[in-house]
Amino acid sequence: MTALLEVRDLKVHFPIRNGWFGAPDMLKAVDGVSFDLVAGETLGIVGESGCGKSTLGRAILQLIPPTAGSIAWLGAPLAHDDAKAVRAARGQMQVVFQDPLASLDPRMTAGDIIAEPLRNFMPDLSAVDREARVADMMRAVGLLPTMINRYPHEFSGGQCQRIGIARAMILGPKLVICDEPVSALDVSVRAQVVNLLMELQRALGLSLIFISHDLAVVRHISHRVMVLYLGRVMELGARDALYATPRHPYTQALLAAVPVPDPEKERAKPRAILGGDPPSPLHPPSGCVFRTRCAHATSICADVVPPLESADARHDVACHHWRTIART
Amino acid sequence: MTFANLSSISRRRWRNFRANGRGFWSLWILLGLFALSLCAELVANDRPLMVRYQGKTFFPVVKTYPETAFGGTFETSADYRDPFLKELITKDGSIIWPAIEFAPGTINYDLKTPPPAAPSAVNWLGTDEQGRDVAARLLYGFRISILFGLALTVISSVFGIAAGAVQGYFGGLLDLAMQRIIEVWSGLPQLFILVIVSSVVVPSFWTLLGVMLLFSWTTLINLVRAEFLRSRNFDYVRAARALGMGDFQIIVKHILPNSMVATITFLPFVLAGAVTALTSLDFLGLGLPPGTPSLGELLRQGKEYLHAPWLGITGFVAVALLLTLMIFVGEAVRDAFDPRKTFAAGDEP
Repeated sequence: MTALLEVRDLKVHFPIRNGWFGAPDMLKAVDGVSFDLVAGETLGIVGESGCGKSTLGRAILQLIPPTAGSIAWLGAPLAHDDAKAVRAARGQMQVVFQDPLASLDPRMTAGDIIAEPLRNFMPDLSAVDREARVADMMRAVGLLPTMINRYPHEFSGGQCQRIGIARAMILGPKLVICDEPVSALDVSVRAQVVNLLMELQRALGLSLIFISHDLAVVRHISHRVMVLYLGRVMELGARDALYATPRHPYTQALLAAVPVPDPEKERAKPRAILGGDPPSPLHPPSGCVFRTRCAHATSICADVVPPLESADARHDVACHHWRTIART
Repeated sequence: MTFANLSSISRRRWRNFRANGRGFWSLWILLGLFALSLCAELVANDRPLMVRYQGKTFFPVVKTYPETAFGGTFETSADYRDPFLKELITKDGSIIWPAIEFAPGTINYDLKTPPPAAPSAVNWLGTDEQGRDVAARLLYGFRISILFGLALTVISSVFGIAAGAVQGYFGGLLDLAMQRIIEVWSGLPQLFILVIVSSVVVPSFWTLLGVMLLFSWTTLINLVRAEFLRSRNFDYVRAARALGMGDFQIIVKHILPNSMVATITFLPFVLAGAVTALTSLDFLGLGLPPGTPSLGELLRQGKEYLHAPWLGITGFVAVALLLTLMIFVGEAVRDAFDPRKTFAAGDEP
């Protein structure tokens, strides 16, 4: 199967100026990320705050120019400067943002918001057809077509997110990047929105990149999961394999931190506690970026950047010691 | 009044505006005075509204007739204030005069005292130093002040908003460069440049507007720039970009409507500032060409003829009233758009 999206060694660095003189410090938000995505697949991206999850998503969408690396869309390279190719790709590559209300223009009605992609990419569509498609899409995401003339502030958070999803889906894209689409929602609404995304994915056969810090949601929706830390891939593997046998100490620590809804088991649970905060992405540690918080770190970790190695089929891990670290 | 087509937030703002009685009435009074001054030709004119002569009807306000049409001797246009012509017409017809029988430039030659003459039944607010009717000049001056202010506000807003939008939206080096240019530009001494310009050409309405535009277009830039700097990182702007919209479309369709609140709030104050600027230039004699009725010129005469207090008092009251009304409207607009007062009008949200 050919890949829908091929990302190779993608880097996004932001210059941080300290005064007028000297070279700016580089904030390495995303530092050498590679992955493939096939049609119909959901890739979950997890990581702590500030690990570059959202930046990665925006760089793929070409909202932020990548510093280095390449992105191939449907086999053809996608360059940030190539306005024509970027615009064409945007018809098939959409985004759902975290804050449902902030991602909708407060002065446009729900119908106008959902119809906007149609106006952009199919200007010849008649008003009647456009309205019919908007109404169909609203039904598909579980909104009443009678709400078409309401303004975003008249909807609940979950409904706003449905509008955002409808806007992303109306062109029939091949890939939708969901940037923490459910983090701002209540738990009950969260499940509905996640299930809606899964339904739409099955119905439309699209691929999803699902960015979240919620391991349970990612496990529910993803086929494969990528664990990011300080802009680098720590582990990338099929959902079940990664959750059952996490190879990387960071993944293990993340999974161990998920509370179990049973106090007996929670207390008995072995812990791999992560101390402190992630180091500054301005001055990441040498070698393995995780070594400062890793219980298994040795001298090689400070000297050599661990490559992303295949542990099993379709299960990659970036750790020098993954062979010796058992599942704790 | 109901506005079914307005969004609920606009309706709420309108309700808030109406709830502010002072600003609401100020707006109506201001609009009323402006409407009155717009038909100044029908209120204060040295030509009658209508003349009946030998069974025929004439409308001298809109049409120029020769004196011979009324049995006079000259082919020149009729001077209806001439007692001889008045007598000719009234012998075989009638004249309907406007409320004030003087145009702003009409000189009353029948004054019993040398000008400036005190208020009387003929000249309601007296006459100025050249024997021209103050009431008529006030009305026309009021109109020219507001029109000048409106023109200056609208044109400088268009330039200011466009420049601020470009600066704020694109940011970076472009923003930095334009910001420095504008700082240098606004350091130019406006008054000296006006003195120089008026010594080279006699400023007309339009040249004066042009020269003042050179400086007033920077008024709104920083405001709009700040709004755009804030808005351009909103998710809905990112979403619009991800939807494949161009920069211009995003600016016009998404950011501009959402950043107009601060700008609209500012506009009445910009208008008041423009009126003040014109008045002070006229007062200094650097403004509109001599002979143009203007509030500033009235104030200047008030300063020169302290023994004719009707000049100064009239000018002062007119300018004070105009500016006060504008400020009241501005305050009401500002409060109506204040998000913290969104529910203050006592209605349900």
